[in-house]
Amino acid sequence: MPALLETRGLHAGYGETRVLHGIDFMVEQGGVTALLGANGAGKTTTLRAICGMIRITGGEILLANERIDGKATEDIVQRGVAHVPDGRGTFVELTVEENLRLGAFVRKNRAGVAEDFERMFGYFPRLRERFRQQAGTLSGGEQQMLAIARALLLRPKLLLLDEPSFGLAPLIVQEIFSIMHRIRADEGVSILLVEQNASLALDIAEQAYLLETGRIVISGLAAEIRRDDSIRRSYLGY
Amino acid sequence: MNAAASTMRTFTLGLAVWVFAAAVPTLLLSNYHLFQLTMVLVYAIAILGLAILTGFNGQISLGHGAFYAIGAYVTAVLMYQYDVPYWATLPVSAAICAAVGFLIGLPALRLGGLYLALTTFALAVAVPQILKINALEDLTGGVQGLVIDKPDPPFGLDMSPDQWIYLFALGVGGVLFLLAWNVVRGRTGRAMMAVRDHALAAEAMGIDIALMKTRTFALSALYTGVAGSLGAIVIQFVAPDSFSIFVSIYFFVGLLVGGVSSIAGAILGGAFVEFVPNLAESISKAAPGAVYGIILIAVMFLMPSGAAGALGSLLSRFFRLGTKSGQLRVTEVGDRSARNVSPPAGVAHGARSDAGGSGRL
Amino acid sequence: MEGVLHQVLSGIASGGIYASVALALVMIYQATHHVNFAQGEMATLSTYIALTLINAGLTYWLAFVITVVVSFIIGVLIERILMRPMNDAPVLASVGVFIGLLLIINASTGWMFDYMIKTFPTPFPGGPLLFSGYVSGHELGATFVTLLVLIAVYLFFRHTKLGLAMRAAAFNPVSARLVGIRVGWMLALGWGLAAAIGAVAGMMVAPIVFLDPNMMAGILIYAFAGALLGGIDNPLGAVIGGFALGIIENLAGAYLVGTELKLTVALVIIVGVLVVKPSGLFGRTLMSRV
Repeated sequence: MPALLETRGLHAGYGETRVLHGIDFMVEQGGVTALLGANGAGKTTTLRAICGMIRITGGEILLANERIDGKATEDIVQRGVAHVPDGRGTFVELTVEENLRLGAFVRKNRAGVAEDFERMFGYFPRLRERFRQQAGTLSGGEQQMLAIARALLLRPKLLLLDEPSFGLAPLIVQEIFSIMHRIRADEGVSILLVEQNASLALDIAEQAYLLETGRIVISGLAAEIRRDDSIRRSYLGY
Repeated sequence: MNAAASTMRTFTLGLAVWVFAAAVPTLLLSNYHLFQLTMVLVYAIAILGLAILTGFNGQISLGHGAFYAIGAYVTAVLMYQYDVPYWATLPVSAAICAAVGFLIGLPALRLGGLYLALTTFALAVAVPQILKINALEDLTGGVQGLVIDKPDPPFGLDMSPDQWIYLFALGVGGVLFLLAWNVVRGRTGRAMMAVRDHALAAEAMGIDIALMKTRTFALSALYTGVAGSLGAIVIQFVAPDSFSIFVSIYFFVGLLVGGVSSIAGAILGGAFVEFVPNLAESISKAAPGAVYGIILIAVMFLMPSGAAGALGSLLSRFFRLGTKSGQLRVTEVGDRSARNVSPPAGVAHGARSDAGGSGRL
Repeated sequence: MEGVLHQVLSGIASGGIYASVALALVMIYQATHHVNFAQGEMATLSTYIALTLINAGLTYWLAFVITVVVSFIIGVLIERILMRPMNDAPVLASVGVFIGLLLIINASTGWMFDYMIKTFPTPFPGGPLLFSGYVSGHELGATFVTLLVLIAVYLFFRHTKLGLAMRAAAFNPVSARLVGIRVGWMLALGWGLAAAIGAVAGMMVAPIVFLDPNMMAGILIYAFAGALLGGIDNPLGAVIGGFALGIIENLAGAYLVGTELKLTVALVIIVGVLVVKPSGLFGRTLMSRV
């Protein structure tokens, strides 16, 4: 299976601080790849590097075999990469409707967009209820749903999810992840999932990588990693 | 070199400069050139006042011309209407301006950088109008203003009035600069700068921010007010339209060009304000403003710490008082817009400056 | 009573102008967190351009449209060339650049068009109109034009895709990028729009106060006072504040302090708002940490 996204020897950081020290990983077409690690391991940095939000200091990033490192975020988005950032990135001053419309901003096909709106409401009925409400008044879980819906409205080839479980109550997290299982089955989008909650992530992913202080220390099939007790206990903490 | 030796060295250097300035120009320069040099001093003192407020305490004022005007009018009115000797008007002017500065500092507490800049801007625009109020015309001379006499050298000294005024201004200036240098070097100065750079932390360390800021405003107003008084004495004339918004703006420009948080920079700023218009006018009648503007923008892009900062990095420590490198570090208190953020959120930093071109920071 | 009505209507007319400039200020502030101190000078320059075009023989409305377009372009250029590098600079540096811009435009205007006060034509029929003596033809026309502009701007931002993109870019540039919006160009457009609005304001006010390089200084203050009164974070509030200021200023000028002190009234309002309720009547709470 060809890789949709590939990084080779990726180095990145913030100014003087180096965070990523040469990481290699791949996201397969149509699959879910999990990127795990503790706080500060560099997971968010990786996603930001992919999106062009920070400058990389070495290595390459390839999307469908084409280099995207060094390109502007807007251009990368145009190529079909949707990023749900940590903290959701909701436009809190705007309404739910406006947030969703922005998700479809780069798309030309209006009929297709209307259809997609309906599908989003299918996954997240609460968004239909709160359609005209100001996004900032939504609960954390609803904002996460909104963020995911917004990203999906791009009809992306690659979906980057940064810690969707963060700060949410366990029940809500379960709900969101079960919706994600459906999305993954129905949408045909490849997903790179960054998560601290390893068990949830390994449950949905095919491939998994473990990041530790900017380096990949473990990679392999999610199912195997999940089964391996020693890895689970020493690296994943459960 | 340890701190004490460095201080001593700065002081000696400053003293030497002062003595040189007292002796050489007085003996060598014509009356007209002395007059110009005196105005450089006057503007330097005014800009020093602004430096205290903006450079060292981080409060942006675009309205210091108002204090300059108050000082000038206090002196003029006292001399013209009440025959107060010129030198006696200075303390009165200082006191009044300090009080006004304190009063303005109070509402200013609520304002972050831009709002304060706007409010002081509004104040400066309103000043000429206020000075023209009919009800006060008897006192202020209305639109025509007041003309005052040039003071004679005291004790029958054998020198021209221009020479005497120059020395007088130099004396006052010397005292004021020394005072400012002391304040900035000491605990107060450090507190001022702490408030400028990180108000919350300063407050946590026990600094009463409100009091500090209003006092700084008062001190700053005092300086610029005394400068105004001196200015009135030198020029011998005050009128409302001499104190337009451009006075405030030119002080501001002089501050930035000379060096924001630099005491010596104030002198450079004063020279800039005095000489550049003359130079510019030889290029074109309308030019002074444009030349100011162009130089200001060029400085902001190329040398944000002003001429003093640039010179300072050449001349090492003598002139850089206050901040480590004389660099611009004026931050808005309370406005956490994407400028001062730490790395993880620093993404916003890079994203904002991006024009949709290369994605590079 | 007739006097009051006249003052109020007059106030609404000037209020429309203040509201427009206030809107321009707030737009740039929301998008960039900068206050464009040079807004007034840009508007004055635009007005001079219009006068030049009219004197060259163009009809008023043709000159009007060309001026608006040219002003838009100038605004975009200023943002791209001068302001873009200042995005990350400390506040003082950016204020410095704005002041520098103010000086340059002010001086250039004076140099190109000289400092003599000029009259500026009005397209609206002179003499009192419907309300017989309460309001002049120009004041009525100006009110109408500024209202039209404000409504158009409102509709643009609320109901067009581009308007939404600009709002998104102003509120959350990072997320805006993530949906593919070219934030840099949104900022430039915002500047262009603000410049265009300022041009309209200038052309509407010039027949009343006469044209000279310093025409807009006072108006900028009134606009700022209005924006502050309404809430500097809130475009609608700023507009309401602008109108309110126009009325207050006129009434105060006529009955309280005399015309010579109108600017002082603005100053008092500014200080008053900042002391009593810094976020203005309709604004969000400002962070006013001491």
